[in-house]
Parts: sequence; C-alpha cells; structure tokens
Amino acid sequence: MRDTTSDLPISLDTVTVRCGAVSILHDVTLEIAGGPPTVLLGPNGSGKSTLIKLGMRLISPSAGRITFGGRSSPGPTRSAIVFQKPIMLRRTAAANIAFALSAAGREPDAATISHLLSQVGLAALADRPARRLSGGEQQRLALARALARAPEVLFLDEPTASLDPAATKGVEDIIARTACEGVKIVMATHDLGQAKRLAGDVVFLAGGRVVERGASPQFFMSPSTDAARRFLAGDLVL
Amino acid sequence: MQLRTLVLALTALISPILSFGSAEAQDKSIVVASTTSTQDSGLFGHILPMFKAKTGIDVKVVAQGTGQALDTGRRGDADVVFVHAKEQEEKFVADGFGVKRFDVMYNDFIVVGPKADPANVKANKGIVAGLKAIYEKGAPFVSRGDKSGTHSAELALWKAAGLDPAAAKPAWYREIGQGMGAALNTASAMGGYVLADRGTWLSFKNKGDLEIVLEGDRRLFNQYGIILVNPAKHAHAKKELGQQFIDWVISAEGQGAIRSYQINGQQLFFPNAAVSG
Amino acid sequence: MSAVNARDGCQLNATDAVQLIWSGDANLFAIVRLSLAVTLAATVLAAVLGMPLGAFAALVRFPGRELLVVVLNAFMGLPPVVVGLVVFLMLSRAGPLGELGLLFTPTAMVVAQTVLITPIVAALTRQVIEDLWAEYREEFQAMQVGPLARVRALLWDARFSLVTILLAGFGRAAAEVGAVIIVGGNIDGFTRVMTTTIALETSKGNLALAVGLGLILITLVVTVNALAWSVRRWSEKHAA
Repeated sequence: MRDTTSDLPISLDTVTVRCGAVSILHDVTLEIAGGPPTVLLGPNGSGKSTLIKLGMRLISPSAGRITFGGRSSPGPTRSAIVFQKPIMLRRTAAANIAFALSAAGREPDAATISHLLSQVGLAALADRPARRLSGGEQQRLALARALARAPEVLFLDEPTASLDPAATKGVEDIIARTACEGVKIVMATHDLGQAKRLAGDVVFLAGGRVVERGASPQFFMSPSTDAARRFLAGDLVL
Repeated sequence: MQLRTLVLALTALISPILSFGSAEAQDKSIVVASTTSTQDSGLFGHILPMFKAKTGIDVKVVAQGTGQALDTGRRGDADVVFVHAKEQEEKFVADGFGVKRFDVMYNDFIVVGPKADPANVKANKGIVAGLKAIYEKGAPFVSRGDKSGTHSAELALWKAAGLDPAAAKPAWYREIGQGMGAALNTASAMGGYVLADRGTWLSFKNKGDLEIVLEGDRRLFNQYGIILVNPAKHAHAKKELGQQFIDWVISAEGQGAIRSYQINGQQLFFPNAAVSG
Repeated sequence: MSAVNARDGCQLNATDAVQLIWSGDANLFAIVRLSLAVTLAATVLAAVLGMPLGAFAALVRFPGRELLVVVLNAFMGLPPVVVGLVVFLMLSRAGPLGELGLLFTPTAMVVAQTVLITPIVAALTRQVIEDLWAEYREEFQAMQVGPLARVRALLWDARFSLVTILLAGFGRAAAEVGAVIIVGGNIDGFTRVMTTTIALETSKGNLALAVGLGLILITLVVTVNALAWSVRRWSEKHAA
C-alpha cells in the first residue's frame, strides 16, 4: 500500500537550532509549499544545510516547531536527500540503486534499476564499482538513489559545489527535469548563477536567519533587504 | 554457487572433527597418562601396535611430566597411569586414586656431558663423587626442574651427595622446567651436564658434543610402574579396558614386547614385572 | 609404524620432510589434515560468534559497552597457553564440563582455539563496522534503513576487511601450540597437529625434521591466504 500522505507544506515556526552554546538557526519561521523549486541561498555557514536537515528530519529543533503536511509526527515519509558529498556503497552503481529501492520498500527489479540509471545518464556504468565513478558520476548516482524513493520532495545540499562546469550542467539538467515531472525541489546553494538558473522562489539566509524571501526573477532584480543587495553585488555578508 | 562449493569443501575437511565427539563412546580406547621420557624413547610406538593387534583397543598416550601425569590420573582424565616415580606412585594408590601399582620395567639413568668434560666427571666411579665434582667445579648442569620422575631422581641423588643446588640456586645450575628432550637440547647447546634416562638418550637425535660420562652406579636404577585409575573415584574410567592393558603389559607377551624394543642393537628397557599376579 | 617416528640413529633432515609429503606418507597427511580441520573449524566458529558480537558492539549503545570494547581489545593478546589451561580445567573430568568427556579430543582443541581467536575476530570486526557506520550513518538515516538491513549492509560492504580479519584469526590459530597441546594431549594418531609435532620432534632432537615440518606449515598458511586473495580478485572482477 503506497503512502499517500503528503510531506508538504513544510512549516517551521520560530525554530532555533543550537549546537552547544552556538545557535546555527535563530527564530526561523518559514513555509515551503509545493510548486517550482525553492532555492536556499546564502553564504557558507548561513544555516542552509541545517535547514535542509531539519526538512528531512535528520535533526530536531532546539526550540520551536516544525510540521510536515500539517503533522508533526511521523516525520517526512516521501522525501529524499542528496548530500554535498554523497557516500557510495562499496558495490556497483546498480547495486547502490537496488539498495535504495529496497530501503524505500520498492521492488529492486532490473527494469526499475535501469530506468533510474538512464534518467541520470549512467546506464552504461551500471556494473562499475560505484566508488570508482568520477565526482560528477557519483553525484548523479546519488540523485538516482534519491529518485529511487519516488519522492514528493527532493532536498539537495550544494549538489554541484565540488564539480566542474560540465558535470554541473549534467546535474542541473536532471534537477530541472525532475522538477518538471512534479517533484518539489528544495536546494541549498551559494552559487548565484545556479540559483538564478533553477530557482522558482528564493529563501535568502545569512547568519542563521531568514533575511528575505521572494519569487525568482524579482528577488534577483530588486532585492528588498540590504544584506541581499550586498550579497548579490558580490560582497561578503557576515 | 561459489559459496555452496566452499561450504561443501569446508564440511568435508571439518567432518572428521565433528564425528570424533560421538564416536568416543563406541570406540574401544583408553587414555594412558605417561611421561615424556617414555614417549620420547619411542617405546610406545613399538609396543602399542602389538597390543592393538591383539585386543583391538586403541591406546591414547598423553605424555606429560610425572607430576602432571599423576595429576591427570587424580582428575580422572586418564584411565591408566604409567610413570617412573615409585614414591609418588605409592602415595597415589594410598590416597585412593589408583587401584594397585605393578612394576613394569626399569632402565637406568646416566650422566651425559661434553666430550671435553671440564669437571672431569669421567674420572669418578660413583654418581655421588661425580655430582660432587660438578658442584665443586661449578660446571653448567641442566635440571629438568619439572617435578618429573627424572627430576625427583636427580634431587634424591644430590641429597645423597649431601648437596642442595636446587635450594642454593647457583648460576651454573640451570632449571629449565621442561622435558627430557628439551633438557638434552639445552645441555648440548650450552656444553653442560645433565642427568638423563638411557632410553631417551639412545633415541635422541641431537647429541652434538655430548657423550655418556657416568653410568652403572646402582643408585641410577629407574623403575617404571603402572596403575589403574580407581573407578570408585571416577565412575566413567574405563576399568575393564584399562585392566586389559595392564594385564598385557605385565604378561609375558607384553614384557617380551618391551624387551624387544631396541635402538642400534641396544635394549632400552628391562622388563621386571613380578611373575606372580 | 610411521616414517615420521623412527629411523634408527641417523638424523632426519629437511629433505626427508619434503619427501614424506611427496610420497604421501599417511601419518603426516593425517597430521596436516587434522591441523587444517581444527583451525578451520575454530575460524568458522569464531566468525559465527565473533562477527555478530563485534557488529553489535559497534552499533548498539548499551551500558558497559566501553568496558566490553576494552576487554575484547585486550583479549586479542590472550596467551594461548593460558587459554589452553583454562579450557583444560573446564573440560577435565574434575571440572565443570567434565561430563562431556571432551578432554584430549580434537573437539577440545577446536574449543580452545575458538576461545583464543573469537576476541580477535570480535574486536577487529567492531572497529571495522564502527568506522564504516560513521561513514554511512547519514545516508542510512536519510534512506530510512531499518536496523536489520543496516547490519546486513554494513557486514556485506565490509566483506574484504572481514575476510582479512578471518585470515588473521586463522593464522593465529594455525600458529599456536600452547593451547592445543594442553587440551589435546598430543596423542599420536589422534590429537597430534603440525605445531605439536614440531614441538615433539624438537624435543627428540630431530631439529632438521622440525624445521622441515615448520616450512610445510608455513606453506599451508600461505596457500590458504593465496586462495583467499584469489577469491577476492575474482569477486572484484565480478563485483556484486
């Protein structure tokens, strides 16, 4: 029986995340609903990764509440994530996908596996040990693993931060295509260009707070806060 | 498929072990606790096949020092004890661990030492004089130091000479705590003297520079005895099979088998079981 | 009467040892077979007992876990002769498990060697699985992998390290003499293995023969390792 409850909207209410004495996120109130990709934009250390981990319920708030599709528990059941440095299992690419399918409660049959591999352009490398793939190939395999969960929401944490432009393009194309197929994308990036290319709406973070939020072309053309303006101009925002 | 072949191969290799536990009860076999010197001499390899051919009983010899062998009997881990330390054996029976002690055979002890003979032991006629010579010279002497029959005999001989190096522990007195073979190896390597039983000496293959420097003193007589472990103390002890072995060993046939064991034409052990039963 | 035991007076040498193998001397073959059987059985048992224990210690937080890890690590260095003595006291007729009548049998030798190498297998497995878990943790959390699937995945992904661990255990057991000689009794034709034969031949002064047998033992261990290596190469080519 397939789970038909929704994980959207993801709603944060004055959420604070502390690590020891340090606050990584302060008083964040935010709602992420379905629709075009939401990009979390901001300099390093602004709390983007933490926000994503909250969205996947890999961590819990130190203060405040977070709900998924209106419920606070159980957490998200139809979400998936691609980490910045994904870890490949010590098996072939195909076996990695099979593992992800099994973990998601889906049948790891050959047809599904090869379909997922084709979606990310790795069909030819199905039997290659995953750890021997290049950085870009591993990122795409991680994407395929996430897609194996047939997610409603796909979180991506700086997916192309360590890739060259050609590999970056490959990954961005898959993301765009996935978004077109109806999957909600929530992506963290500090790359302005990438944000412009992919965003439907932007959440701008700095210093652990949500500084500004806006729909895509408008935010980039006329940001309303000073911090956002300085960031878009290329200044270091502390 | 690879896995299956591997599992089958492993099972084939390991199955002899797995079958041993259960086959135990049906096997006609006994455990005899004996000494390393008897084993090292090769006697068992000679007489046991004859016993097996006659009775079909497997004799499993566990070779330890005399002290350990008697302890094995006390614990009930053996069915028969076959050692050469008469006093300890008699105490074993007196304490109720053994049924009855029988004389089996004797051999003698000898003193071996380096050809150069630094303590001039060869010039002496008796063991007491010989030991005194070694003591005075401070020549290296290897002691078993392991409470074995040979060790007990050695200590008794020092005592007869009025000396006690085991207590004084002078540097030239080397207690190694091991069996006869190891003692001979050590003596050979360090050019020292050692008290050995003739049986082990004759069959020892690493004589090196060693040779017999003293023999023939009547004090060097070494008697072997055999005892059945008392089934009253250990109900599981195989008393019928054990008794069969003892009966054979002291019978004319067994004694003949012992007599016939020779190395280089020399007889090692001299059977002397009492004629009357 | 076996050629291994007597040849009047003259010293057996290393080439004689090789000749014995070549001619398929039955007694020597039985000794080699028993050595392999005892050590392989102990290695398999140690894997069955030690690997789940190691994985458990790696993945589950329970009171006393730190102590268990320290004990397992320390017991990697258990002296074989001490293990032999303790197992002897347990299996002796005068001991708690005397009823089983296992003393001076090959089964007792398997037990002693299993006790000896299980800590090695458990301690090293714990380390390997713990390191791997630290690496996989976030991904497994994100993929919502259940506890059983987690353990299976970790053990499978660590398979090459685990094989190496088993080979280490095998090597340790194959090399030891202290445990098997006490609990086995070195009985001719019954509990005599390579290492105890070498010890015996040494004490009989057959030093060259002992060396020859030692070389044969080393060759056996090298062969086992080579087999394991080629299995690994094969499976790397056809990676699952």
